[in-house]
Amino acid sequence: MPKRLLTLNVNGRERTVAAADGALLIEVLRDALQLTGTKRGCDGGECGACTVLVDDRPRLACSTLAAQVEGKSIETVEGLARHGRLSPVQQAFHDKLGAQCGFCTPGMVMASEGLLRRNPNPTVEEIKAALAGNLCRCTGYVKIIESVQAAAAAAGSAR
Amino acid sequence: MIPRMNRPGGVGMRTPLIDGIDKVTGRAMYTADIAAPGALVGLILRSPHPHARIVSIDTLAARSLDGVHAVCTGDDTPIPFGVLPIAENEYPLARGKVRYRGDPVAAVAAVDEATARRALALIEVEYEVLLALTTAKAAMKPGAVAIHDDKPNNVLREVHAEFGDSAAGFADADLVHEKTFTFAEVNHAHIEPNATLAAYDPERDGVTLHTTTQVPYYVHLKVAACLQIAESQVRVIKPFLGGGFGARTECLHFEIIAALLARTARGTVRLLQTREETFLAHRGRPWTLVKMKLGLKRDGRITALALEATQAGGAYAGYGIITILYTGALMHGIYDIPAIKHDAWRVYTNTPPCGAQRGHGTVDTRAAFEALLTDMAAELGLDAFAVRHKNLLPNIPYRTMYAQQVLSYGLPECLEKVKAASGWAERKGRMPPGRGLGMACSHFVSGTSTPKHWTGEPHATVNLRLDFDGGVTLFTGAADIGQGSSTMAAQCAAEVLGIALARIRVVAADSAVTPKDNGSYSSRVTFMVGRASIAAAQELRAVMAKAAAKRLEADIGDIEASDESFHVRGSDHGLNWIDTVRAAMVDSGAITVKGTYTCPPEFQGDKRIRGSAIGATMGFCYAAQVVEASVDELTGRVTAHKVWVAVDVGRALNPLAVEGQTQGGVWMGMGQALSEQTSYDDGRMLHGNLLDYRVPTVVESPDIEVIIVESIDPNGPFGAKEASEGMLAGFLPAVREAVVEAAGVQCHEFPLSPDRIVELLDKRDAVAARTAKVSA
Repeated sequence: MPKRLLTLNVNGRERTVAAADGALLIEVLRDALQLTGTKRGCDGGECGACTVLVDDRPRLACSTLAAQVEGKSIETVEGLARHGRLSPVQQAFHDKLGAQCGFCTPGMVMASEGLLRRNPNPTVEEIKAALAGNLCRCTGYVKIIESVQAAAAAAGSAR
Repeated sequence: MIPRMNRPGGVGMRTPLIDGIDKVTGRAMYTADIAAPGALVGLILRSPHPHARIVSIDTLAARSLDGVHAVCTGDDTPIPFGVLPIAENEYPLARGKVRYRGDPVAAVAAVDEATARRALALIEVEYEVLLALTTAKAAMKPGAVAIHDDKPNNVLREVHAEFGDSAAGFADADLVHEKTFTFAEVNHAHIEPNATLAAYDPERDGVTLHTTTQVPYYVHLKVAACLQIAESQVRVIKPFLGGGFGARTECLHFEIIAALLARTARGTVRLLQTREETFLAHRGRPWTLVKMKLGLKRDGRITALALEATQAGGAYAGYGIITILYTGALMHGIYDIPAIKHDAWRVYTNTPPCGAQRGHGTVDTRAAFEALLTDMAAELGLDAFAVRHKNLLPNIPYRTMYAQQVLSYGLPECLEKVKAASGWAERKGRMPPGRGLGMACSHFVSGTSTPKHWTGEPHATVNLRLDFDGGVTLFTGAADIGQGSSTMAAQCAAEVLGIALARIRVVAADSAVTPKDNGSYSSRVTFMVGRASIAAAQELRAVMAKAAAKRLEADIGDIEASDESFHVRGSDHGLNWIDTVRAAMVDSGAITVKGTYTCPPEFQGDKRIRGSAIGATMGFCYAAQVVEASVDELTGRVTAHKVWVAVDVGRALNPLAVEGQTQGGVWMGMGQALSEQTSYDDGRMLHGNLLDYRVPTVVESPDIEVIIVESIDPNGPFGAKEASEGMLAGFLPAVREAVVEAAGVQCHEFPLSPDRIVELLDKRDAVAARTAKVSA
């Protein structure tokens, strides 16, 4: 398959990679850039584990062509912590046990981050709607909802 | 052992997982994340038929393809494997016959995926198709073709056991009912797909595996056996693992295939399984038919229980013998029942092999029992709580008829607390239209006391190493699968040593480094590895205390360890941690100690009772729960709105983790109760993705309020018992009772899916219409 050079803005850095025309964003992130935080949990669009932010909006990296997101801002879980400090969402997922096995966590964290950027004070129903496409098999979701609420509260008090 | 419970990370404190930051930052490396430049890509060719003889396999064209480094078939795997030494009948690659659609037939390793796919397409397999037996009924029919030659009737194991006199019990009862329940097959649906990275080890002519397993030790044994190499030629490492729930409690075909490909290619092979293949590897809870019969006195006292269970177990033995024994083993140990009769059949079918799933073997019969008990109590005018109070174990310690010992029993307190929290007394029977409340109890073992591979070794071993930096490295073979076993082991050691949790670094599940552990199954790790961790820390503390006594010129009996210091009791004469470390290292250098734990023989069942090694345990986790649910009259959809669950975990070593495990367990019960089921069309899997296999989303998931009950088990680590399986089963009968109240229909088939509920609602309305006509 022919390849061409793609320049992607990933976690604030310009990254140029040679990618096949049909390359998916998840393949470029994981295989070319070694950003393995973004997980593949299914055969395409079922589980949400590969959720990343594209221009602040959650998107499934497994169902996005890398070429489609050239020139856009792509954020993965590796980009959230600034200067080695966990983001409020990451801190809350850690403190509140929003992560057990941790495999859905990068997707959950990014979907939650996307939600809180749009809506800093979501209701439980709004949190549920925002995470409806992210499956977790460990937590029963109770502590995930608590984590998002705690992150919203922490970000609110920091503002 | 009484914990101090006042320091962050101490036993009894809400403690985030010690590997939690790696998980929220994406740093955690799971098997598919491990860099392996130049690794070959492995792929598996699978049977398109659920039941067929293999006439021939031609791999010449595939082998000749440029870029192909290995092609393997059943000819390369003459040794069968299986988790039970008495029932090993699966080949890594099929030999002579395929027994489910998806059975591995051949495998290739090539330079890239495209080449590997071309190679698979070039392999020619000729099959002689046989009649597929995809249900227990079809497989048990007289004259049905045998799936395995050694079991002409397709029954892997029959169980017939009676404790007490059930006939006399039923004769003595005021009310006797028998009801039949069916439970769909379900799957673990752990979010991380199966994967193995296998590297050929030229030094040893062996293999090193990173793999998605709960049982690195069993993988190690089976890889060595199937590759016909010594166990010392194998190294197995479990990196971060994305859940398990029982799916990964036995060595699975893809792990052996990856090792075989790597050895054949003399290179590194990455074998990633798709979600569909992960569903095919299966090992889920089998379809089960339960005939449950109970006898009750008018006051609610149970006089006898008789149950029949039939399981469609899939194509291979796997854990099947244990699963079928569990259907009866845990009828004991929760209530005082004078007579229990158990008849059960584990049947081979041409479907993916079943195995252990959270609540192994116990969930469906527990659900049937609790459902029938509640129905019969209602007929007698008794409340669901009242009838359970009537049948509690009368005195503790208690020995069951199945030789299980109950030394701690928090169920009465669970019942009281969950009743109060849910407002049961005020609300039950007075719910608004379309809503209902239901309750049930359940329990599970804190580890099986008899290892499957009997070796005479301790059941758990932990090493601690202390060096110049004052850090303690804890080595354990225990597989942290997300449940937090590494955190638990560290907490236990830190508590005994009186040091900050951050001083302890856990190295786990690498056979070249860590002591063997049987693995993360049957909820054994907290009890056994926790005890081994405590024992190791006590050893280390003794070494430190001796050094401190010498340095302080005090009597060793007067030395106390706490808050990172060793001091003379009742004085401020002491040494801080790091000075004690240095004192202890004089003359000895780095210090390594060991702690072990073995379940005493009196907890390992009674050899006179056949099968009693299954269900034998150090102690049971008990749970009682109340579910509030509604039924949509139009669509038949059942929604759980809230769950209150009280769980007796002995002692909550980490209440945060206990809550998380309990919520996850209850919720997995909800999935089985309401939406999850596998389905096959003539052996073809229809559910092989996470949309058709309906795991509940966050939108459908209720709040689950956890009430922790601490009964302090005399043998548990700081009194702890298991905390992740005992609460699952109760959800099914509890939501069923809520549906009875909400809609007036009794469903006997799980899941309580909209189609089933709509059918029952229509029947209910038809009866009501007829009654109205008659009375008019």
